[in-house]
Amino acid sequence: MATTHTRSHARLMMAPSVLLLFLWMIVPLAMTIYFSFLRYNLLMPGMEEYTGFLNYQFFLTDPAFFTALGNTLLLTGGVLLITVIGGILLALLLDQPIFGQGIVRILVIAPFFVMPTVSALVWKNMFFNPVNGIFAWLFKLFGAQPLDWLAQIPLLSIIFIVAWQWLPFSTLILLTALQSLDEEQKEAAEMDGAGFLSRFIYIVLPHMARAITVVILIQTIFLLSVFAEILVTTNGGPGIQTTNLTYLVYAQALLQFDIGGASAGGIVAVILANIVAFFLMRMIGKNLEG
Amino acid sequence: MGSITLENVSKVFGEAVIIPKLDLEINEGEFVVFVGPSGCGKSTLLRLIAGLEDVSGGRIVIDGTDATELPPAKRRLAMVFQSYALYPHMSVRKNIAFPLKMAGASQAEIDKKVSEAARVLNLTDYLERKPRQLSGGQRQRVAIGRAIVRQPSAFLFDEPLSNLDAALRVNMRLEISELHQQLKTTMIYVTHDQVEAMTMADKIVVLNRGNIEQVGSPLELYRNPRNLFVAGFIGSPKMNLITGPTAEGYGATTIGVRPEHVVLSQTEGDWKGTVTVAEHLGSDTFLHVDVPGIGLLNARIGGEMPLRHGDTVYLTPQRDRVHRFNAEGMAIKA
Amino acid sequence: MARKVSTSRKLTFTALAWIVAFLIFFPILWTFLTSFKTEAEAVASPPSFLFFDWTTENYAEVQSRSDYFKHFFNSVVISLGSTLIGLLIAIPAAWAMAFSPTKRTKDVLMWMLSTKMMPPVGAMIPIYLIFRDTGFLDTRTGLVVVLMLINLPIIVWMLYTYFKEIPGEILEAARMDGASLSQELTQVLAPMAVPGIASTVLLNIILSWNEAFWTLNLTASKAAPLTAFIASYSSPEGLFYAKLSAASTMAIAPVLIMGWFSQKQLVRGLTFGAVK
Repeated sequence: MATTHTRSHARLMMAPSVLLLFLWMIVPLAMTIYFSFLRYNLLMPGMEEYTGFLNYQFFLTDPAFFTALGNTLLLTGGVLLITVIGGILLALLLDQPIFGQGIVRILVIAPFFVMPTVSALVWKNMFFNPVNGIFAWLFKLFGAQPLDWLAQIPLLSIIFIVAWQWLPFSTLILLTALQSLDEEQKEAAEMDGAGFLSRFIYIVLPHMARAITVVILIQTIFLLSVFAEILVTTNGGPGIQTTNLTYLVYAQALLQFDIGGASAGGIVAVILANIVAFFLMRMIGKNLEG
Repeated sequence: MGSITLENVSKVFGEAVIIPKLDLEINEGEFVVFVGPSGCGKSTLLRLIAGLEDVSGGRIVIDGTDATELPPAKRRLAMVFQSYALYPHMSVRKNIAFPLKMAGASQAEIDKKVSEAARVLNLTDYLERKPRQLSGGQRQRVAIGRAIVRQPSAFLFDEPLSNLDAALRVNMRLEISELHQQLKTTMIYVTHDQVEAMTMADKIVVLNRGNIEQVGSPLELYRNPRNLFVAGFIGSPKMNLITGPTAEGYGATTIGVRPEHVVLSQTEGDWKGTVTVAEHLGSDTFLHVDVPGIGLLNARIGGEMPLRHGDTVYLTPQRDRVHRFNAEGMAIKA
Repeated sequence: MARKVSTSRKLTFTALAWIVAFLIFFPILWTFLTSFKTEAEAVASPPSFLFFDWTTENYAEVQSRSDYFKHFFNSVVISLGSTLIGLLIAIPAAWAMAFSPTKRTKDVLMWMLSTKMMPPVGAMIPIYLIFRDTGFLDTRTGLVVVLMLINLPIIVWMLYTYFKEIPGEILEAARMDGASLSQELTQVLAPMAVPGIASTVLLNIILSWNEAFWTLNLTASKAAPLTAFIASYSSPEGLFYAKLSAASTMAIAPVLIMGWFSQKQLVRGLTFGAVK
């Protein structure tokens, strides 16, 4: 493909990106690992000392850790469930011949562009508020007792907000995949006598399988680190009912100033994310060859 | 101007030897075609000459000067790529002018040469269009136009017709041949299509796995293939190759008989067989004949022959047109 | 291809799709409408949808009370700055990987991607401490650097997939035509790559504009972009619905419009080319 001349240029041109990313990856991670073995509290400067795995022991045996881990999994799983199933249905709907398809598409993807703090606050105040929220009004309209969403079903409410933000993403990607399906393949299946349902199961779904996997994996990466939505709606509460791992580490570090403990939590989060990342990377890597 | 000599040229990619040591002499004004099956190294060889790849060993001499280390632009060669490689954001005029602009030609000179090239290639009406607004054949001509304005010592063509449909291919083949007659500049043309090679070349270089199997004029290759590979590659339909007792009868391991050198009779002959498929083209009739003990043979009979599947025919090879090959696959001289 | 679809079927699907789209879009529409109400109308029950006294005073109020445009300007500087610096660093790398690939190119790309997989909490504490000790906390410069770094893999990847679609033969043709490396870059590659670069820029401005982990944790007030500014409405000012809506509308409008223009590229960028 190239001569040695262009190849040496190539190495030079890649250097800045590679170097910067390498530093960005390795320096904070190394420091976090280092801190995680220290007794290090910002309120007691100069008292740092090596404690071995004590921070990990504390973090992993803290009941809050298990609650946070559970919340993280519930939040991630719940949002995935809603966005993937909803995304498939929406993609199928938008793939039909409809009037004003362009506008419908624009409306559907809009929530993805709303910054997390805005969507969280709009939902919290204007929809979930038990007195003035739209939902409260709707409940009263049907004669029901208004629900105090973020107090009574806090985690579910946050799942709802985050799912609203990510549904456009999955819809858009699944729709793109759906539209790349060869029309002749569907017609061939129709000639073979396949009805709508069997065409969906045997032709459409397998065709979308890859896109679905990509949606799941990419969303998982982001969903494991949901932060702003929790910070501005519930601050992890009531109690720790909506505290996920990211928020727990944040609270430990910047609210309790326990750098050592928070670092141990950060490393635990990194390990969890890496398990997911491993599968995602293989998926994308396979695609590089194609 | 336009002589190219390859001395001991080789190309290795990591472990893979694409081209073992190879020598080749291309004379000024010649139309040379590199032909061979895909993966035979013909494109790599062209790119080595162009300077788009580094040689792993050997020398490339262009017009008497060693060009081995020269960058592509300094070799005074022009190339027409398989995908045409037109600059999609430039008009036809700008595409053709690009190499002149890069060479720092004056605007007046650029205008003159571009309109001259456009006239020769029938592109005058399309100069302001973008490549995507052109047909395949027109794009091809723009690519050629971009090559000729530089007045290179040689043109390199890398399978330039493979993206065109069959009818257009025949047309462009003629246009390129005519261009060569007009310009009398050396042309090196890479193709996997032996028909293109036979119809256009002054000299054909048959390549196989990076080795030159034979070099010669089209008819030399047709009449005296040096080995089985060339025999099987040049000529359409393919030469019938027969082994076994029949070949031994001719004092060879393998004999080759071209379909057009078979005499057909419905009453008598050397080989009796049954017609499996008869293809009636009008001008010719192609017969596929199953001969017991020999196998499937192709015969090309001039004119219309009212034969059908299942008919019994007799085939006799023209004695002086039988090619004999030894156990190594090399031709046995008469 | 073109198939006759019965009109009734099309109408049914159209109605269904529009209802769903309306429901999904409703919170944004509602925010927009509320921003033009008085605070009293904003909390009125039953809510008034269109028939209220339209006013723009909330917009003026948001600006005068909390210096809205300072934060808007911060967002602009941070998202544009991080994207453009990232672009300058990424273009040569993507160019090299697309046009002079080696056996390790794929590994380098995958590795770059893997840096994106690291959860921010893994890096937050050291970055926070480094910034605190070097005075970068609550500065636009600090955020530009961090957001540039977290988006760099996406920029490189997007550019790479776009560059990859430019046939190598065209660059070789330019080389044969006597173009130098810089001419090859400026006169041939750049014009062909502009659409791809533009989409990359657009997507990255959107991502940086909405980034809400680092912006929340590394700023206080001075350098706070809109994400952090809006977060300050979480209590108790959030109860002023009309002002919250006005601030929100202004915060999301720019990227909403940009996002609508970059729908197609969005898919490619966010899936790292895995879905096109």
